[in-house]
Amino acid sequence: MAAISREEVAHLARLSRLAVTEEELDRFAGQLDVILQSVARVGEVAAEDIPPTSHSVPLTNVYREDVPTPSLAQDAALSGAPDAYEGRFRVPRILDEED
Amino acid sequence: MSDLTRLSATELASLIGTKEVSAVEVATAHLDRIAAVDERVHAFLHVDREGALAAAAAVDRGEITGPLAGVPIAVKDVVTTKGIPTTAASKILEGWRPPYDATIVERLKAAGMPILGKTNMDEFAMGSSTEYSAYGPTNNPWDLGRIPGGSGGGSAAALAAYEAPLAIGTDTGGSIRQPGAVTGTVGAKPTYGGTSRYGLIAFSSSLDTPGPCGRTVEDTALLHAVIAGHDPRDSTSIPQPVPDVVAAARRGATGDLTGVKLGLVKEFAGDGSEPGVTAAFRESLEALVKLGAEVVEVSCPNFQYALPAYYLIAPSECSSNLARFDGVRYGLRTGDDGSRSLEEVMSLTRDEGFGPEVKRRIILGTYALSSGYYDAYYGQAQKVRTLITRDFQAAFEQVDVLVSPTTPFVAFPFGSRTSDPYQMYLADLFTIPTNLYGGPAISVPCGLSEGLPVGFQIMAPTMADDRMYRVAAALESAVGTFTPPAL
Repeated sequence: MAAISREEVAHLARLSRLAVTEEELDRFAGQLDVILQSVARVGEVAAEDIPPTSHSVPLTNVYREDVPTPSLAQDAALSGAPDAYEGRFRVPRILDEED
Repeated sequence: MSDLTRLSATELASLIGTKEVSAVEVATAHLDRIAAVDERVHAFLHVDREGALAAAAAVDRGEITGPLAGVPIAVKDVVTTKGIPTTAASKILEGWRPPYDATIVERLKAAGMPILGKTNMDEFAMGSSTEYSAYGPTNNPWDLGRIPGGSGGGSAAALAAYEAPLAIGTDTGGSIRQPGAVTGTVGAKPTYGGTSRYGLIAFSSSLDTPGPCGRTVEDTALLHAVIAGHDPRDSTSIPQPVPDVVAAARRGATGDLTGVKLGLVKEFAGDGSEPGVTAAFRESLEALVKLGAEVVEVSCPNFQYALPAYYLIAPSECSSNLARFDGVRYGLRTGDDGSRSLEEVMSLTRDEGFGPEVKRRIILGTYALSSGYYDAYYGQAQKVRTLITRDFQAAFEQVDVLVSPTTPFVAFPFGSRTSDPYQMYLADLFTIPTNLYGGPAISVPCGLSEGLPVGFQIMAPTMADDRMYRVAAALESAVGTFTPPAL
């Protein structure tokens, strides 16, 4: 039985903001099915009482002293942007005209 | 000096230190070598001739001194370099020039190491062959029709082609060690948290580890010492002193391993390795025994689940990390003609900007993290990670280091594994357990099979990076180094 259908791949692509083609949908569905069947073995071993490990070292929040320090200049922060306007990132419209 | 590019970093540093050659001469020799051979190798995505020569000139003026001052280096393109294009081999970042340096790049510059340029890789470090670079594959200098490993194939190939004496890689599931193995070079994954991830373009944040690549163990240790150490800007950076890896390498080079216990992982036997790989590994093991080491078989029963766990954890983290590439703040933007919404522009941008392996992993990760599947996939994978860590800890109560081949097969021809992603993932079978555990590991050339290099992997406990360097240097002293055919 297939673990992942073509429709599910299309749904996941939408969630991921990926405009995949019809051909990619077919290909990914087949490949992801094989991968998922291979990785499903993780369910065989880990019992309820095993705690999960998210990082191999303890995480420590990084704080700095609450004093102003030099940061990236505005023009440096905008230097890699595809579009900028009056010192800000310019993005495509969010609202439809009727909104 | 006849050919500066053939010398080790150690030799170059010595000659520059005594002013027998200038740092500018050394940088020029490598830049000229790149110009002569890189059209065939394609190890570099960008060469910074002016920047490298300026940094070398500063060393010649005496402004910077140190153990590797004046020794040039190549940097994997997933590491940010201020003002130098950084693309992670993706179209989505084509032409991007970061406004800041990664911590490890700051340390290279402070050590007086001229940066020759940025090396090719699998897109966003996802792959085992460098065939998934958006800018075309890198060719293995041992056989230009074969893969140089991945994702750090460019860094490893630059070393094997004598284009750079040292290089920086990143290792998420084996991306330093596996390219090292298939190009006959040395690649070390430090302890996770031992080297700063600040300024790395993140793939899988709980696994990504930057590390050193070289042609000899001592060179690799010298570079390790330059880049390692606590970084307050990285919340996963370990606030402890780095072990003296250079002294350990020099001790190992004396060829005495008396009292050192090597653990042979029982579960790695019968794993489908090529016979030539197994033979080279076994011969190397015998060589280490002759140096005084003892071999002990250990059981790590959960290692068999490492590959499945990795291929759930890494795509999950990648699907989250790569959400930032949305066409808004940097890089590519597609379809912004005024007729489309922000969401449509994002989708079109990401479709055009990402290659097939990246898309596959984003979708897989989104699936593994989605409601209803989280517990069955991602949650279970994180539990497997605990079990693998316990396996390592139990093993290290019995032995000093674990050993295995680095990769089950030698460099394969281009295209031979791209149609079946899971077959490609098997390239990282031996390297992945270490990433899930967080400990250090190194790949050292140990022989040839069918005329192609085989790598020997040494894995050590966390923050015991020095241990693996000692054994690695001893192995190198016993089996020597391996030179590819002339290009």
